[in-house]
Amino acid sequence: MGNVPSAVKHCLSYQQLLREHLWIGDSVAGALDPAQDSSQVSGLPEYVKIVEVGPRDGLQNEKVIVPTDIKIEFINQLSQTGLSVIEVTSFVSSRWVPQVAAGATEISVFGAASESFTKKNINCSIEESIGKFEEVIKSARHMNIPVRGYVSCALGCPYEGNITPQKVTDVAKRLYSLGCYEISLGDTIGVGTPGSMKKMLECVMKEIPAGALAVHCHDTYGQALANILTALQMGISVVDSAVSGLGGCPYAKGASGNVATEDLVYMLNGLGLHTGVNLYKVMEAGDFICKAVNKTTNSKVAQASFSA
Amino acid sequence: MATVRKVLPRRLVGLATLRAVSTSSVGTLPKQVKIVEVGPRDGLQNEKNVVPTAVKIKLIDMLSEAGLPVIEATSFVSPKWVPQMADHTEVLRGIQKFPGRSYPVLTPNLKGFESAVAKKLYSMGCYEISLGDTIGVGTPGAMKDMLSAVTHEVPLFALAVHCHDTYGQALANTLVALQMGVSVVDASVAGLGGCPYAQGASGNLATEDLVYMLAGLGIHTGVNLQKLLAAGDFICQALNRKTSSKVAQATCKL
Repeated sequence: MGNVPSAVKHCLSYQQLLREHLWIGDSVAGALDPAQDSSQVSGLPEYVKIVEVGPRDGLQNEKVIVPTDIKIEFINQLSQTGLSVIEVTSFVSSRWVPQVAAGATEISVFGAASESFTKKNINCSIEESIGKFEEVIKSARHMNIPVRGYVSCALGCPYEGNITPQKVTDVAKRLYSLGCYEISLGDTIGVGTPGSMKKMLECVMKEIPAGALAVHCHDTYGQALANILTALQMGISVVDSAVSGLGGCPYAKGASGNVATEDLVYMLNGLGLHTGVNLYKVMEAGDFICKAVNKTTNSKVAQASFSA
Repeated sequence: MATVRKVLPRRLVGLATLRAVSTSSVGTLPKQVKIVEVGPRDGLQNEKNVVPTAVKIKLIDMLSEAGLPVIEATSFVSPKWVPQMADHTEVLRGIQKFPGRSYPVLTPNLKGFESAVAKKLYSMGCYEISLGDTIGVGTPGAMKDMLSAVTHEVPLFALAVHCHDTYGQALANTLVALQMGVSVVDASVAGLGGCPYAQGASGNLATEDLVYMLAGLGIHTGVNLQKLLAAGDFICQALNRKTSSKVAQATCKL
């Protein structure tokens, strides 16, 4: 609006608005007016589990290699936010990905709906990769360690372009039947739109119950929240995100930006969906890690709040 | 206070009142969406750097080339309040007016802004009411509730949504509006225009990102994304600022 008359600026008191606004507040505190809670009427899930992938997916794709003590501090801060699942690290050959750490009570395996992507990412075919996962999943289950399966390129591949929903379903179904408790469907290069998300989920949900599915949307083309909303409308209730929108994929050139956890929580709070997450604390953790990796945040909520 | 009667269509942007009402069921998406490009007005009005008249004219011409059906060209306000729009007459005279397109101008009246609601504006004779989430705090549930309330008083075809992306919610909010049958959306090329109420925060929804979503949904807009990207690139260079469009950022990297 340009030069806003000073009288108007004074009345608005933006900081006040920020503190009082329902969507920023702690959803656990029950500050929402039941009359405005539209989640049940509109068919959205009551509770959404957020899987924080910042420390792994995020940091894996940052140029700066973060010292271990910083990573630990970062994860500890995230633990204070109410996030129930925080992906802490990955076991990959150190030849391919330099960031390595140790210790796990839950593990993840990464498949993809694209042969080219699988070849370039882990140097084997989809079939071979599933063979390897089978071994990992069996031993993990033997030790009562739950395994989460990922399917990358669920809405498009940087090398092959279009990926059919059936291909995504085939890979997801294999991982699920091997014993993964949850399958995260990833729009790895962020090319998906609500229409393609809907088509893909309709196909996958014929074979795998909604309760065992999650979405992992990248915001490369600004579509992440719209795609996530579509998934929620279809009954998905687990969403991956990364604080500050850290990271992307080093194997898909041009791909950048997980969806920012702050922006996701903001939307879910506004929808009256319970997450258990304290937005202020997530923003603090985001501020901490951005300073540590020396980059500006990709979260719009953080940009709006810290600069005000 | 207005002394000159404007012959161009009048389009007023107002804050709608939010009321908690039961939500209506989600309908099907429209087949066609009209994009109202507000970059040259809402966008430039809120940029620190003032661009010369020739740059504004070129931007609008490039946006016309891109196929945008409605381009909010400028604002007839006192230059004392909005110096960015001081050249409104020259801009309007200088632009190419493509046939079949609209080039509305903003004629805000502060008194009307404060007291009018959508119904009043509509009954006063506005052909379209654009409902603006001015500080971008809205979320999909609130959008749904607000539209349910407004559509009791104003027909759907006369409504547009104008979502700001200050909290990253704009596209999700726009999607919900589309699901409810709204088929006119305001957006700003390159996401021009910050938020005067939150320094450093973003403002408008980027037209490129909107077009990307609509194209993916198979919704017709008549807009050529490549030409739109060119227009966005042009104005960002002129303003010496980075684009706020994710599509533009992604496209540049490849």
